[in-house]
Amino acid sequence: MAEPHITVRDLTMAYGSFVLQHDLSFTVNRGDIFVIMGGSGCGKSTLLRHLIGLQRPAKGKVLYGDVSFWDCDEEARSLITKRFGILYQSGALWSSMTLAENITTVLEGQANLDPLLIGKIVSLKLSLVGLAGFGEYYPAEISGGMKKRAGLARAMALDPEILFFDEPSAGLDPISAHLLDDLILELRDSLGATVVIVTHELPSIFAIGNNSVFLDAESRTMLATGDPKKLLAECENPTVRSFLTRGEARAATMPGESAGTCLTA
Amino acid sequence: MAELRMERTGDALILGISGDWRLANPLPSPAVVESEIGAKQSPGRIAFDAGALGGWDSSLLTFLVDVMGICVKRHITLEREGLPQGVQRLLALASAVPEAKGARKGGARLSLLARIGDKAESAGSSFLDTVAFIGEVTAGLGRMIAGKARFRPTDLWLTIKESGSQALPIVSLISLLVGLILAFVGSIQLSVFGAQIYVADLVGIAMVRAMGAIMAGIIMAGRTGASFAAQIGTMQVNEEIDALKTAGIPPIDFLVVPRVVALAVMMPLLTLYADLMGVLGGLVVGVTGLNLGIMQYYNETRHGINLTNVGIGVFSGFVFGILIAIAGCLRGMQCGRSASAVGDATRSAVVTSIVSIIVAMAIITVVCDVLHI
Repeated sequence: MAEPHITVRDLTMAYGSFVLQHDLSFTVNRGDIFVIMGGSGCGKSTLLRHLIGLQRPAKGKVLYGDVSFWDCDEEARSLITKRFGILYQSGALWSSMTLAENITTVLEGQANLDPLLIGKIVSLKLSLVGLAGFGEYYPAEISGGMKKRAGLARAMALDPEILFFDEPSAGLDPISAHLLDDLILELRDSLGATVVIVTHELPSIFAIGNNSVFLDAESRTMLATGDPKKLLAECENPTVRSFLTRGEARAATMPGESAGTCLTA
Repeated sequence: MAELRMERTGDALILGISGDWRLANPLPSPAVVESEIGAKQSPGRIAFDAGALGGWDSSLLTFLVDVMGICVKRHITLEREGLPQGVQRLLALASAVPEAKGARKGGARLSLLARIGDKAESAGSSFLDTVAFIGEVTAGLGRMIAGKARFRPTDLWLTIKESGSQALPIVSLISLLVGLILAFVGSIQLSVFGAQIYVADLVGIAMVRAMGAIMAGIIMAGRTGASFAAQIGTMQVNEEIDALKTAGIPPIDFLVVPRVVALAVMMPLLTLYADLMGVLGGLVVGVTGLNLGIMQYYNETRHGINLTNVGIGVFSGFVFGILIAIAGCLRGMQCGRSASAVGDATRSAVVTSIVSIIVAMAIITVVCDVLHI
């Protein structure tokens, strides 16, 4: 059942000589909804950039299946990234194209498809995210929540095996954020894709995450990995507890307590 | 391979879906189903048998959406139970939110007359916008002189530096070459009469009175006007202009006035510099090509041009500076909220600046002629 899909081994992320995070090791299984969490500025988005091939690790490996992503040549890497769908933080829709053209561009770029079929797929993807009929709108003409959903439709265009989300619910109202969470769950279940999410929204983390990694800005490494609900119940590390309980646990623990890492697999 | 079998049992049409339904494979067309339905008596319901279905992706979903469309059109019941769970859920999701009414944009083409009307209306309102903008800038300048405008002096100095000293290399090159060209063209005609010495007058008057200012203006329009438009346009896209407004800082005072002042101050200086470089270009041709002495050329130039010519050139430069800055800032402020809108704003800024420079030069020339200056 638990077949590793993405494996990160001893990853060190650095900008020049500044080490952002070191010695990250964790595994994302096929079909997981994997949450990358941590406080602001701890390197969550940077970790995502390492996973999707926008930034090369200073040290360590990222494996997709058994293939080491950064040890491949350019061509093999692009074959791997073709199986990704990525939703950027602000949607990153191409602003000079309509929503339909945004999705069409991705489809045309990657597969040899009949234009009629492309049109059908575009309207299918838009209706999956509840934007049926909005294909002729420009990104500037729709609301922030709709931009997120349109970005999701574009990310799903090629039926990806792995969906990456950078702060999907940032800037959305609680109801839209909840609907987006449901949509992510539904897509994971029906498409069977693996989902990797960067977020610090606790409700989302507990609602949809079944695996996670916690990055700490102070010690510049990971403090915990595993199911977030289990971490809440079992993890003793004060930083992780305080994060998962919105700071309420910090009052209960003694200051200066040793920060032992808890790595529940 | 994606395969489709069709069987009738009673009033039902069973669609047997098997094989790998992937976008990369050739796929059965929904038209086959439609013709099967039309071939005999229309079935009461359509059901699925997906027992032998291998992998699937969007291709199966688009096929099913089409079949659903056929069923709705022909009033046939569709039974989705035979499909895999994931497919059923995605189909439910796709039809969960009905197509937004009126969301699809009307593609109706307007008549020629209506389009001309639209164009005229938008041209009129754009003219009014421009006038309003110039008015606001004037008011902003007034506030600045009164010391009430809010802007950062470092911004002003940066813009002055950017549009002044950093523009010197390109202005030198272009003006020197223009001086050379004028001298060459003039010398061909003048040497016919043995009047080569008057090349100095020709180059001097042309550069000082008009060409210096025009060349400096065109360079600055492409260089600085475009950068103003792109910068302010990007700020518009990022909602930075809105942030200024809500912070109680008028964007005109903060962004536009310093730029107008910087160019209004630097353009006359650049014009003087361009004049000098142009005359130097003429001198090079005079000395090397026409065997004139350096002092001879210098004296003839001094004799040829007077302070009035220099004054007209410098004044033109001053006017061009204001025009370029206003065109750049206006297009930037009018920018839409997309990457292509920034491109449009930049292009439009350069076109507007260059057109207004030439028009302004024509007006100044005519006025000077009427006033016998």
